[in-house]
Amino acid sequence: MKDTDIKRLLYTHLLCIFSIILSIFIPSLFLENFSVLETHLTWLCICSVFVTAINLILYLVVKPNTPSKRSSLSYKVTRFLKCCIYFLLSCFFFHIIFVLYGAPLIELVLETFSFAVILSTFTTVPCLCLLGPNIKAWLRVFSRNGVTSIWENSLQITTISSFLGTWFGAFPIPLDWERPWQVWPISCTLGATLGYVAGLIISPLWIYWNRKQLTYKNN
Amino acid sequence: MRLGSGSFAACCVVVEVLGLAVFLRGFFPAPVRSTSSSEHRAEAPVPEPAAGASSNWTKLPPPLFSKVVIVLIDALRDDFVFGSKGVKFMPYTSYLVEKGAAHSFVAEAKPPTVTMPRIKALMTGSLPGFVDVVRNLNSPALLEDSVLRQAKAAGKRIIFYGDETWVKLFPKHFVEYDGTTSFFVSDYTEVDNNVTRHLDKVLKRGDWDVLILHYLGLDHIGHVFGPSSPLIGHKLSEMDGILTRIHTSLLSEERKALSPSLLVLCGDHGMSETGSHGASSLEEVNTPLILISSSFERKPEPGFEQFKVSERLHRNWIKLYLEENSSAALLNLGVKLRRQYLDAIRTLSLSLSRQVAQYDIYSMVVGTVVVLEVLALLLLSIPQALSNKAELEVPLLSPMFSLLFYLMFLVLSAIHVIVCTSTESSCYFCSLSWLTAAGVMVLISALLCAVVSALSEMFVDGKLQRKNTGPSNSRWSELDLLILLGTMGHVLSLGASSFIEEEHQTWYFLTSTLCLALCHEIYRNCFLGNCCEPGLGGAVVALQDEDAGKVHKSHTPLDSLRGSEKWMALASPWVILTCCRLLRSLNQTGVQWAHRPDLGHWLTSSDHKAALSALSAFCLVVTFVLLQRRCSRTSRVAMALGLLGVYCYRAATGSLLLPWQRDKAASKGIVEARFVYIFILGILFTGARDLLKSQVAAANPKCKAVGLWEMYSGLALLAALLLRPHNLPVLVLSLLIQTLMTSFIWKPLGHDAAEVTVMHYWFGQAFFYFQGNSNSISTVDVSVGFVGLDSYMEIPAVLLTAFATYAGPVLWAIHLVNFLSSETCRGPAMSHACFCYALVCSFPVSVYIILVTSLRYHLFIWSVFSPKLLYEGMHLLITAAVCLFFTAMDQTGTRSRISS
Repeated sequence: MKDTDIKRLLYTHLLCIFSIILSIFIPSLFLENFSVLETHLTWLCICSVFVTAINLILYLVVKPNTPSKRSSLSYKVTRFLKCCIYFLLSCFFFHIIFVLYGAPLIELVLETFSFAVILSTFTTVPCLCLLGPNIKAWLRVFSRNGVTSIWENSLQITTISSFLGTWFGAFPIPLDWERPWQVWPISCTLGATLGYVAGLIISPLWIYWNRKQLTYKNN
Repeated sequence: MRLGSGSFAACCVVVEVLGLAVFLRGFFPAPVRSTSSSEHRAEAPVPEPAAGASSNWTKLPPPLFSKVVIVLIDALRDDFVFGSKGVKFMPYTSYLVEKGAAHSFVAEAKPPTVTMPRIKALMTGSLPGFVDVVRNLNSPALLEDSVLRQAKAAGKRIIFYGDETWVKLFPKHFVEYDGTTSFFVSDYTEVDNNVTRHLDKVLKRGDWDVLILHYLGLDHIGHVFGPSSPLIGHKLSEMDGILTRIHTSLLSEERKALSPSLLVLCGDHGMSETGSHGASSLEEVNTPLILISSSFERKPEPGFEQFKVSERLHRNWIKLYLEENSSAALLNLGVKLRRQYLDAIRTLSLSLSRQVAQYDIYSMVVGTVVVLEVLALLLLSIPQALSNKAELEVPLLSPMFSLLFYLMFLVLSAIHVIVCTSTESSCYFCSLSWLTAAGVMVLISALLCAVVSALSEMFVDGKLQRKNTGPSNSRWSELDLLILLGTMGHVLSLGASSFIEEEHQTWYFLTSTLCLALCHEIYRNCFLGNCCEPGLGGAVVALQDEDAGKVHKSHTPLDSLRGSEKWMALASPWVILTCCRLLRSLNQTGVQWAHRPDLGHWLTSSDHKAALSALSAFCLVVTFVLLQRRCSRTSRVAMALGLLGVYCYRAATGSLLLPWQRDKAASKGIVEARFVYIFILGILFTGARDLLKSQVAAANPKCKAVGLWEMYSGLALLAALLLRPHNLPVLVLSLLIQTLMTSFIWKPLGHDAAEVTVMHYWFGQAFFYFQGNSNSISTVDVSVGFVGLDSYMEIPAVLLTAFATYAGPVLWAIHLVNFLSSETCRGPAMSHACFCYALVCSFPVSVYIILVTSLRYHLFIWSVFSPKLLYEGMHLLITAAVCLFFTAMDQTGTRSRISS
């Protein structure tokens, strides 16, 4: 039971990584002059769409959490709309935090916002897929000893590693190397992506190594 | 000997300051002296003979010019003459440059772009030494060979009017001089009138050969009002008028004497966008150099034809190669040549930097050893010092008689004798008297013995503890981890020059992260209790049962806050983050983004004077509201009057508006500033009296808290007086953030003294940069040293400047004392805090010393690393003062505790 779960987790994560890699290579077939650094905003949008899509598909196919009892259509629709609103709210929230961290307030608004969108994609979308629009569940998962399944555990790890990647991604900005990727917000988005990918790889491995110690109360 | 950890830390920092002083003395090399003087005059370089003329090596060349006038305008930037401002305000000079008989250049001033080193560089032709910045205040006579010395030896009569520095540098060189002091920055008309008033008389007289005029007004305007002030235009017009006068008089003289004369216009350094100078930005480095003489009349030059011919030949040669399809060979040749050039340049620059930078390695090593030993001692005594007793056993007597101590002392003395007798170059440490040197030796070996004994003790203790208790189960919270990693990360970032230039970014980033971490902690404490609904299943509750005790314990304080207060607690991290973001856009500092428009520039521009006045008035009112809460009544009144005086002072100097005084000439505002000083001294005196009373009587602990708060508000009032009006929001927001943090974060969450100390340190550093400081010398606001002073007085000026520069860190440190002393229940908090403060401040310095030593041949050593070293030294000195204050407060605290 547990090993198969971990295997499923690994496969879904590999699919996510694959979608990110696809988002780098596929657009260059259709778009001219596409490159991750030069047409960064386009890449951000495509990457965000790809990752969201794969997350949704995986959620519908794998169904990691138990289906809720109420399954009327209206309930599903309101739930979906709620999720959309939460996603938008998280984008604005991240945008505000970036500005508080020192991103320019008036210039480069589009860049900052697309950065907020991609970070929400890496963090909020999996949360919404797995936990639904339920803030209390989120608080539970992101506090110490609050996880109840390996899915939640991996969610915790990928989200935290995305944030850490973003945080470390800001480091090269003040250096005077004058590289194209030091421009705001490219280094941060790259950091977030790398952090997300690293989280995707690390979490199944970490859960596998620690499978003896991890005991979830509800299973 | 038993010592409290606070006093131990204070002693350590004081010793560290001594070590750093020795290191600095060795690090900043005495400038290289050229010793050639008048006896080598025959070999002095002569102008290159024109082609075909006979060699003139044997006899002195005839003078080309009969008279030379050098007009040196302080802080004359190149675009003041060659740019749009030059065309607008200096029409005559622009005309001369365009069509007249003049050669014009953009001269590059080597940093440090400070007046005294630049004068030396101009007159001697050598690179300025960095230590000259420090000596800028007190200039000794120049002993090297210089143009003036040669001119005097050749019997030329030199007249000088202007900056007094010249008179000090070249005593007895001038047949006539009138020096004006350069240190009174806010005066920009009198200094120049003092120079110009002699001009008519001198130009008529004609009994001189060299006339030097040094005008200071432009620099002063830059320091006080910045380069975009309209006053700059007036000053440039004035200077243009003076140049016109001199030039016409010289021309009429020429008609009589039939020999041409030379007029030189130059600047000693430029002016940065903030109006200051000292660093190496393009605006500070580029200055105009214009040589005006009738002998420079434009005429077709024979050289140009020669150039044309040779160019044609060259082109033919290349064409020949290209036609023969041997372009690859040519390209290879080019690449090879380029590589050889680059190699040669690299070798040259390395050997040059080695020759120019002569470090006194021995003194540096001695200083480093002292500093590192102190750091090791501090690090080793962490467990003891942060224990509940906050006391530690300092083994002083036993090592004094140990064998190791005597052995070390003997070895060190032997090394000292060997080094000092063998080196031919001058060494500061050897030039000390042998008694002082022996004292330092004793210090080093005693420290070493102490470190060794502490190490062995810890080793033994560690073994015992491991046997007894097993692995400790106290887990580090996320906040502790952040604090530790942030401190380490900042220290490591000092190895990269860009991170030093942009150090403010590091601090802003760390404080923002700290705020978010605190926010996380508050929200977790606030919501986790409520979230365990039964709907989610008993699993969560069961999981949290282990932590329940801990959670609930830290939970109760937040519960004690009533409804609205709880909301304030939840909002406070966001308020603090917003404040920090606002302050960040107030002053752009650093190098890469320094040119970006910021609120500070917007406020100081003359169009927005009304907005600045309103903002300052608002800030002063809020300052009063925030400060008066815990003061006694008398000091409350004094505070109100003092803040009123601050506004009046700024209005008198002309940077703020008073509604009933529309157009009044700007004065120095000495009366107003002294009025404020009286109140500051009064408040400080009341505070000190209250502190003494609490020490003697020990009756009410409230007395001490009030006294400390009065000291704090007195210093805040001083900061309000000294900070520029557009920087008043920095003061206000720092007070606001301190209040918010105290009442909603530190007290409810119950952080321990060490955490609170490090947070204070981080915020203090961030506020250092919020004020507009940076790691280059040019951002030090020297005009602060003259607030309320008639003339330049060294000690008050230095003290005021130091306080104004480090106002942020000092205010946060004093607030730390206030905060901890109000928590009387926690016994050793103060000494823990003192120890942590000392450790957290001395750690970067010690690591930085090693970094600088290893990077001493780095390309940016003089422009980036050395100013930072000076800043670090100053910071350590301030830290020592703060630690001593801490210890004094701690002593009174313990005494009152014991007696009660």
